Parts: sequence; C-alpha cells; structure tokens
Amino acid sequence: MLYALIAGVLFGLYYALIGLGLNLTFGVLRMVNLAHGDFVMIGGFAAVTAFSAWHLHPLWSLVLVAVLIFAVGIALYYVLVPRIAATKDPEMISLVLFFGLSQVIEALAVMRFGNNAQSIYEPVFGKAPVSILGQPFPAVWVVSGLVSLLALLLVYLYLYRTRIGYSTRAVMASREEAEVSGISVHKVSAIAFAIGLGLAAAAGALAPFMLGGITPDLGVGLTVTAFAVIVLGSLGNPIGTVAGGLIYGIALMLMQTYLPSWSALLPYLLLLLVLLVKPSGLFGRQVRSA
Amino acid sequence: MLRRRWVDALVVVVVVLAFVLAPQAYSNETLLFQMMVYIALSQGVNILYGFTGYLPFGYVGFFGIGAYGASLLMLHLNWPPILALLGGGAIAVLLGLLLSPLLRLSGAYFAIASLAASQAVYLIVSNPALQNVTYGPYGIQLVSQFNPTLSYYVMVVILALTVAVVLYIRRSRFGTALQAMRDDPVSAAMAGVPVVRQRTFAWMISAAIAGLVGGAFAWQTSVFYPDAVFSLSISIFAIVFTLFGGAGTLLGPLFGSVVLYGMYNTIGISDPQYFQLIYGLLIILLVLFLPDGAASLLKRRGSHVL
Repeated sequence: MLYALIAGVLFGLYYALIGLGLNLTFGVLRMVNLAHGDFVMIGGFAAVTAFSAWHLHPLWSLVLVAVLIFAVGIALYYVLVPRIAATKDPEMISLVLFFGLSQVIEALAVMRFGNNAQSIYEPVFGKAPVSILGQPFPAVWVVSGLVSLLALLLVYLYLYRTRIGYSTRAVMASREEAEVSGISVHKVSAIAFAIGLGLAAAAGALAPFMLGGITPDLGVGLTVTAFAVIVLGSLGNPIGTVAGGLIYGIALMLMQTYLPSWSALLPYLLLLLVLLVKPSGLFGRQVRSA
Repeated sequence: MLRRRWVDALVVVVVVLAFVLAPQAYSNETLLFQMMVYIALSQGVNILYGFTGYLPFGYVGFFGIGAYGASLLMLHLNWPPILALLGGGAIAVLLGLLLSPLLRLSGAYFAIASLAASQAVYLIVSNPALQNVTYGPYGIQLVSQFNPTLSYYVMVVILALTVAVVLYIRRSRFGTALQAMRDDPVSAAMAGVPVVRQRTFAWMISAAIAGLVGGAFAWQTSVFYPDAVFSLSISIFAIVFTLFGGAGTLLGPLFGSVVLYGMYNTIGISDPQYFQLIYGLLIILLVLFLPDGAASLLKRRGSHVL
C-alpha cells in the first residue's frame, strides 16, 4: 500500500509533466493539441536513438530535444495556427488539424523506426534502488519524479515571475483584453505553444524508463491520458495539473496493484467521470459546459 | 414542395441502383461494401456534426458495439442475422442513451470525452476477464452465418435508409431546429426549440446508424478482432470524409467517401504508413485551405448543394 502510494506520487509527477504542456497550449490557444502525445513519442525515440548511437545520457537528450522541439514549435505555430484562428469553428477545426499532424508524425516514425518497441535497457541511472521510507524504488523513477518536479517549478517561475509569463496569463484570462492592452498575442501564444511541445518532448526522453518500450502508436493514448490529467486538475491551471497528475498516478498504481487487468481503463473512466460530475475540474473556477 | 420530394426520391434511388449494379461492373465486392460502410458512417457523423456541431471522435464506439452486439446475439442466442443486426442497432442506441450526458459538454470537451468513451467500451469488450461473454481479445467467428451476398444487399438497405433520414432531417423542422441550436443554443431555446431532447434524438439516430452498419460489417466480415471494429481510424475516416465533402449537406459526405475511400484503395494497399502520411497531410491541407469542404467551392459560385 505504502509502496503503491509513493510510486504513485513519483509517476504522478511524471504524468503532470506530460499534461502540463497540453494544458499550457489549451490555456493560451483554446485549442487541444491532439498531437501532444506524438511529441512525447518523438522525445522517446530521440533519447533511445541518441543513447544507442552516441551513448548520450538520457538527461542530456532531454535538454537537447526539448530545445529542438521548442524551435520546431515556434515554426509550427506560425504555419498552422493563424490560419485556423480565422475559420468559422476554430475549436473543432483545430482538433481535426492536430489529428492530421499526429497521423503524419506517427507515419514518419513508423518509416524511420519501425513498429517494434524500442527502449534503453542499460541501467543508466545506476543499479542500486533508492530507498524512500524504507521501501526500495528503481532509481530512475526517483530521477524522473525529481526532473518532472524541476520542470514544473520552472514553468511556474516562467508564468508567475517573468514579464512574458505575466502576459501569458493575461492571454489565458482573455485574449481580446490582452490584445487591446498591447500584448503581442501571437508572440506570447507561439512561445507558450512551443514550451508545451518542448515539455512533451522532455517527458518523452524519460518515457523509455517510465512507460516501457517506445512505439510509434503511443501518441493517441498518451494524449488522452494527458487530457484526463489536466481535466482532473482543471484546464488552464498549471498548479491544478500537478494535483491532477498526482491523483492519476496514485490511482494508476493502486489499480495496477489490486485490479491489474482493468488498469488500462483508468484514464478513460477517470476522464468521463470528471467531465460528467464536475466538468470544471477539481480546482476550476468557471464551468465550461453548454 | 412536390418537386423536392421527387429530387429526394431520385437521390435515394440513384444511390441504391449504383450499389446494386456496381458488382456487375466491378468485381471487388468487399471494396464496394466498405465504401457503403463509410458513406453510411460519414452520414452518421454528418447528422451529428453537420447539424448539431458536436464532433464525435468516439463515433467508432457505436460501430464496434453494433458489430459485437449483433455477433454475440448470433453466437449466444442463435438469432437469425437480420434480427441480430437490428439487435446490434438497438444496443448501440442504448449505449447512446447511456452516454447522452456527454452532450452537456461543449466543443473539444465533447469530442475528447466521446473518444474516451469509445476507448473505454473497447477495453471492456476486449478484456480477457470477459472472455466467456465477448471472447475478449480473441475476436469473433461467425463462419456458420457467412453470407456475403445477402449481407451486401442488407447493407444497401441500411445505406438507403441512412440517406433517406439525412434528407428528411435536411428538409424538416427538426433539421432546422438542430442547426439553430448549433449556431446559438440559447436563442434556439428562446424560440421554443426543446434543445436537450432534440439534440439527444439526433445523437441516438446517429448511434443507431453506426450500430446497424457495425452489425452489417460484422456479418459481412464474419471473422474479426476487437481492434478491427474499434479502431480509431474508423471515426477519423468518417469525420474526414464528411469534412472533405462538406458537413451539413447530403452530397458532401457521399462525395467525400467515394473519392477519398477510392483513393485510399488505390494508394493504401502497399504500405499502411505511406497511406497514413498522405492522409495526415491531406487532412492538414484540407483544414488549412478548404475548411468548409468541397461543397463550399460550389456554394461560393452561388449554386445550391443538396
């Protein structure tokens, strides 16, 4: 029980990291990036490839791939988003668009890496388990938890301690009002979108250890999981995402301990339950249902 | 008014004749069957998205539950196929009723919640723990009921019904009410439209179509695994065909299904990932440059698209 709880917290922090980028994108753009999970998958393959080709430590890959994908994100934003925002029904159209993107990424990943699961099997974080409250855990779980915590902290500092973060929150609160008060909405949104993708890729670099093998079809499931996490902790609320991640992680570990054959159902059921009972999430202020 | 009825009847007759006569000219009956499946499914999506604005990413859930419902009725209760098909449709409607609270959600929330619901149904149906009931991940075998010719014509009937329903919705007060709700639910309610009831009704019609089509698919295919009938790509195909042709029209999704599904079969045979790549790019380009579908090209010239 205690073991499942602590493991749940470690995984929960990791899932919060996966969800955070999606939440940031949604908060700023009011669009759900259905390709979010695919960027996690890209990060995963990048880490595996970098390790097998140059023996690059996954934590270095994490930083590198996050920066690279951030740059890709900026470009992607300016190519895709302004056109979409001008259509009649941007919320729906963007879902379809990002789904198309997700298909393209998945197809390219199959061409490049094949359909077999790839992972890093060497114990790069040391063999010795780390002991927390007398319970032994794989070192990599602890490292992933800590890295996720650090990333969450950085995003918090960005949003609440920098000038552009302040503008970002203004755009989240109201796009129109932010625009008339002189904030460059496109610039702020592009950066937030790119940070979201960068976070996804960073989470991906740890995925070989936390999720097992990386396969090209990982994307859709991860996107739904990330969506469950952020809805649980309210959309547009980065701190809520951490809480959502923790609840999800603990619930997942308990399910895997006591009802293993049904644990795959968890993200979907949790998501449906939250949406139907309290669509604003556990920490939300406004209700967003019709 | 009378002229419109003739036009409507003509459209149904043309669709039926096309698929009744097609096997004479083109021997790949499976392809024709699947094309009908996608026309019907995209019309189902069309009823929901085109008229009410709800985008059902999890539409495949109804298709899958219809396929499984019909198959299990044949296998466990020995129902004759056509009755089992209707049973599958009824089960899909029940699932729709069960999921109707999802309609309280708006926009992206609904889309993703319906996706989650379909995946949840899939994971329940394919769960090894339910092997005695659903055969779990090992799939369904309906070899004793296999009848490709009869199931083909049953599918033609389902398709004709679907087209007729869409035509009815387009012409009726019901359809107008749905479109009013899509554009502004509050004003529609003020004008006396029973918003929740009619929206739920549209949702269940759409579920029934997918359920019947799923049952027919199961019967025609006769051997399949759960991931074949719950594959997300089925929802996505139906949505893309609808968008490509133009949501909210009858001919749009029909045109989209025939053109794109035909294309799929010319390029899709060799390597699935190349197809997926082309498809993904097509979706992106479509959304960026033609967000209202091919029908909008004609509408821009001022012509009316049925």
